[in-house]
Amino acid sequence: MSDERRLRVFLVDDHAMFRAGVRAELSRRGAAMPGTAAPGAEGPGTQVDVVGEASTVAEAITQIALREPDVVLLDVHMPDGGGRAVLDAVRRTHPQVRFLALSVSDAAEDVIGLIRAGARGYVTKTISPDELVEAIRRVADGDAVFSPRLAGFVLDAFAARPDTPVTDPELDQLTNREREVLRLLARGYAYKEIAKELFISIKTVETHVSNVLRKLQMSNRYELSRWAADRRLV
Amino acid sequence: MTSGEIITTPPPALPRRLYRRLDDRFLAGVASGIAAHLDLSTVAVRIGFVVLLAFNGLGALIYAAFWAVLPVQQPPGLLAKPPRRDLAELLPFAAIGAGVLLVQSLAGWGGFNAVQGWLVALIAAGAGIIWHQAHPARRQRWSEALPQPPWLGRVLAESDRRGYLLRFIGGGLLVAVGTIGLIVVFSPVRDAGVPAILTGALVALAALTGVGLVVSPMLWRIFGQLRTEREARIREQERAELAAMVHDQVLHTLALIQRNAADAKAVQRLARGQERSLRNWLYKPTGSPAERLAAALEEAAAEVEDTYAITVETVMVGDHAVDARVAALVAAAREAMVNAARHAKVRTVSLYAEVEPEQVSVFVRDRGVGFDPSTVDGHRHGVRGSILGRMRRHGGSAEIRSEPGAGTEVRLSLPVRAGTEERLGDGGTT
Repeated sequence: MSDERRLRVFLVDDHAMFRAGVRAELSRRGAAMPGTAAPGAEGPGTQVDVVGEASTVAEAITQIALREPDVVLLDVHMPDGGGRAVLDAVRRTHPQVRFLALSVSDAAEDVIGLIRAGARGYVTKTISPDELVEAIRRVADGDAVFSPRLAGFVLDAFAARPDTPVTDPELDQLTNREREVLRLLARGYAYKEIAKELFISIKTVETHVSNVLRKLQMSNRYELSRWAADRRLV
Repeated sequence: MTSGEIITTPPPALPRRLYRRLDDRFLAGVASGIAAHLDLSTVAVRIGFVVLLAFNGLGALIYAAFWAVLPVQQPPGLLAKPPRRDLAELLPFAAIGAGVLLVQSLAGWGGFNAVQGWLVALIAAGAGIIWHQAHPARRQRWSEALPQPPWLGRVLAESDRRGYLLRFIGGGLLVAVGTIGLIVVFSPVRDAGVPAILTGALVALAALTGVGLVVSPMLWRIFGQLRTEREARIREQERAELAAMVHDQVLHTLALIQRNAADAKAVQRLARGQERSLRNWLYKPTGSPAERLAAALEEAAAEVEDTYAITVETVMVGDHAVDARVAALVAAAREAMVNAARHAKVRTVSLYAEVEPEQVSVFVRDRGVGFDPSTVDGHRHGVRGSILGRMRRHGGSAEIRSEPGAGTEVRLSLPVRAGTEERLGDGGTT
């Protein structure tokens, strides 16, 4: 990871005030950061440029195809199908664009459909600017970003239940290590703190979370499809 | 003659009734009323009447029947100035009638007689009664959907239903009699020696079919109306509930926020409390705090949030029934949250609870100033009595990890007997 990394970010949200706020926060941080890049910290050299924004699904689809950003911050709830519609339209044609779901709701079942449609993470809109930049960097690197609640939801959905048949152990079960990582995430630990707690590297923590994301996207566990179906998100 | 446009000037949602129209008429306004109702050209309907007139006065009979049956429409704007009829316009219709009569007499057709004309008029009258009674019924339900004392709605609906039924049967009888009469007149089986009972049955069947044909579109329409009205009523109830909630809570909170705009802590507390209440409203609480662990912990977290103006990030995995021991666990967790709120100097505290088959664990964590447990432990009653001692008394355990500058985590765990409680999956993301 180079110190002078610049990430191109696109905002999709139907609330103009929220877009303006995120844009201001990200650019303020970008202006303040150069020169303060401390080695060893979690990607402090990362800078974020907001290359565009869209307020509707249709606008988002054309603009994302045009600008080809690294990361799209995607609102879950929008008219005309919400973030899900954007994902479905862009995901296949532009696989290199990564999506980070951003929701005012921290009910993870609202977001599970977006994760399963290909978003690489989910954060709530109350997230601090620094955490948001960190999440953007992580998603741009192909890793996953889980909020504590999403981690809790995944633990719940993958809980071992005697009545749930496991068709594919590779996808339908979490390893003990993944479970530990998720528990710490749910307890509010940052990746760095998880790494320290479990005596593993941050990269390993990221690998575990990415594996969990893959299971979350691919598994056919009943709980996942049920949640998504309840919200008509499948 | 685009009379259809005039009659549809009221909002399209209003039910359309079959009326006589006095504002656009030659005789009684029957033809223009029918034309407006069916979206036909008035001229075409008038020509139809005139042509039928030639068949032994059938047109006149039908016209008279409609005249007797149809109510007069009173469009508010048009009533003041009824337009005058131009008698010269009658001439073309008279000419058409005369032409039809002439052609008929030349060709030697004489299939119809006066009896048949009357019978057809009878059917038409019955159908008219049934059809235009369908609409007041709909109107009644529309007004029922609007807020009013429920008993009033029931009384209105009851009496309306009775009158509706009477008129419905009357109209059906007319149609039946007319159909039977036509069959008797035209019966192909009358002289064929078919047993009288069979003929009677056939006639009855035909009459029923006639009534059914007349009634079925109306029944279909009523069915659709009932469905849309039920949906409208549900929507209305939801809207009223939402409006009440917005008024009672959100507007009050916003007013308080404006009054406390200078006090950041108060604003944060108000906003957070309102957010919590809206979330509960949107995502329905999982259960009573006296019964379910998740609800109890959320209630405790809400109290701490309100009292100390901090945010508690609550994550629940699984759920469990509340008994004395679980209640002690909740109380200990609450004490830990209070300590974090009072001493850690942070805005956010994480609360994580997980129910496993053999134990319940709760973690309260902050990233605040922390402390050295070995020095503070001795004289802090909150930690010793309310957390460590309480957990021990109930067969659980508590561990406090903290170091100055690195935040604090309180870990509580309570063994539960396996199989005493079915693990609930839904509580995870409440």
